[in-house]
Amino acid sequence: MKVTTVVIGAGHSGLAMSKCLIDRSIDHVVLERGQVANSWKTERWDSLRLLTPNWQSRLPGLAYDGSDPDGFMAMPELINFIDRYAVTAGAPVQPETTVTSVQRTDGGYRVETNQGVWDCQAVVLASGACNIASVPAVAEAVPAEIDMVTPADYRNPDQLAEGGVLVVGASATGAQLAEEIHRSGRPVTISVGEHVRMPRTYRGKDVQWWMDASGLLDETYLTVDDIVRARRLPSPQLVGTPEHTMLDLNSMSDLGIKLMGRLAGVRDGQAQFSGGFRNLCALSDLKMGRLLKTFDEWATENGVDSEVANPERFEPTAVEIEPPLGLDLNNGEIKTILWATGYRPDYSWLDIPVLDRKGHVKHDGGVVSSPGMYLMGMPFLRRRKSSFIHGAGDDARELTEHLGQYLEGQAGLHGAAG
Amino acid sequence: MTVTDNPVDNGVNVEALLGAREALSEAPEAAQFQWRATCKWMNGTHSQSTVEGFFGLGEEQSHRTEYNFDADHPEIFASEDNGATPVEYVLVGLASCLTAGVASVAQNRGIQLSSVSATLEGEMNVLGILGADSDVRNGFSGIKVSYNIDADASPDDIKALVAQSQKRSAVFDVISNPTNITVEVN
Repeated sequence: MKVTTVVIGAGHSGLAMSKCLIDRSIDHVVLERGQVANSWKTERWDSLRLLTPNWQSRLPGLAYDGSDPDGFMAMPELINFIDRYAVTAGAPVQPETTVTSVQRTDGGYRVETNQGVWDCQAVVLASGACNIASVPAVAEAVPAEIDMVTPADYRNPDQLAEGGVLVVGASATGAQLAEEIHRSGRPVTISVGEHVRMPRTYRGKDVQWWMDASGLLDETYLTVDDIVRARRLPSPQLVGTPEHTMLDLNSMSDLGIKLMGRLAGVRDGQAQFSGGFRNLCALSDLKMGRLLKTFDEWATENGVDSEVANPERFEPTAVEIEPPLGLDLNNGEIKTILWATGYRPDYSWLDIPVLDRKGHVKHDGGVVSSPGMYLMGMPFLRRRKSSFIHGAGDDARELTEHLGQYLEGQAGLHGAAG
Repeated sequence: MTVTDNPVDNGVNVEALLGAREALSEAPEAAQFQWRATCKWMNGTHSQSTVEGFFGLGEEQSHRTEYNFDADHPEIFASEDNGATPVEYVLVGLASCLTAGVASVAQNRGIQLSSVSATLEGEMNVLGILGADSDVRNGFSGIKVSYNIDADASPDDIKALVAQSQKRSAVFDVISNPTNITVEVN
């Protein structure tokens, strides 16, 4: 089969790209290994809600039009939203089509799937940043009696054995699951590495309102201080709940969750934790302070102080004077370890040398070094908002522009040659 | 991004460090370093250690000159006190690593330092090393570092300097995280 462009993945990123390609009359197909919004439908836990408020759920040609703009979508609502988007955009989705190989050809690319082969001039990788749950090597030293799960397998606390749970990782996923599991009656200990602390609501407005209004979400990869670092920043400790609750180490402590430093090793059944925990807490308290100061300065400069509540500051993270450095994994108290240690993309099917040594696609704002290849949906791809639902729009528009020019250039070359 | 119109000078060449970060990310094998020391027993608890050569950037390197360090125990341990105790060298390593970090981070953030001084206190119950109480560990039960920093920055910015320095410190990591140690006898 021949098509001008193949988009791999029918999540919100691939669909936004499809919508922009349609608007530019570039013929294409969207290959999807399962159904539209597959990861959201099959790889997420039951209680998950978006971290962004509903009013922020907007894609090219579709914006949230429900009755609760300040709420946070649960998975069924989000799936419905993305399904609806695929239909209204008219995206040419080819479901149940798993890409097995992408190779370079003379004129572009050959995309092999379990449903046939597509030859195309351009490829858009929109297969997602969260395909595989990363588990650190130290997991190999964990005693065999302990169950190990990742957020990709986890659905709800009922699937875990009764008894203690060690949650490793305290970004949005680890922090949310630690609270949910602890509330189920399974005492949780959480191992905390570098983390980003953020209030859900600040001066009466959602933190995403501040990020959006002050322009932080639109900051581009060309102007941000350290793009390498910005791209690998852990997700902030946020949760979207109807009550707009704040989730941080203090809220976890208040629930009775035990806080430990970064898991540094397991030796003879003893988990060992870093003694640098208090510094990591100081770092994230200071960083949150700087963020709130940025918001306050923006509010004053832009005359919106009267529209929002007074500036507020939050209690520093409370850490024991001497946090424990060890945890016995043999005494039966810990039954399960949940590795909330991040995800990584799966490019096992990509037969083109565009990966860096960490297995990520090398790109310049989504433009991959292999001509005619594009990347969507990665953290800070082109802007701070790139990994959010509403971040896909601007990225898709600009990459479609680039892709369109690339195709015109190719046509020009071929015309000259002919 | 560095602030080019800012004449901050802490004596740290940040451009070179940032350049090295970029170059070594592209050539990870050059980033593999090996640090070395040799040690010779003198007499009693007195030993002398030497550092000179190390490996990095894919080849043998050496310091400008050889450096020697005498270590011993104080007279109250019935020793001759020919040098600092080994655990004091650990404090020295931590202090100099963190302080180098403070200067580097300050330079990178455009903060001019006037003075930086640190006091380190390592708490230790010597019943551990004497083998008199198996519940007491040999090493420090805790280390406290106090910085006094005079700089053209807000108190929070100075705290952030010190926090960032800890985050990027090799010795802080060596002390706060477990490390496998292999000791062989030839």
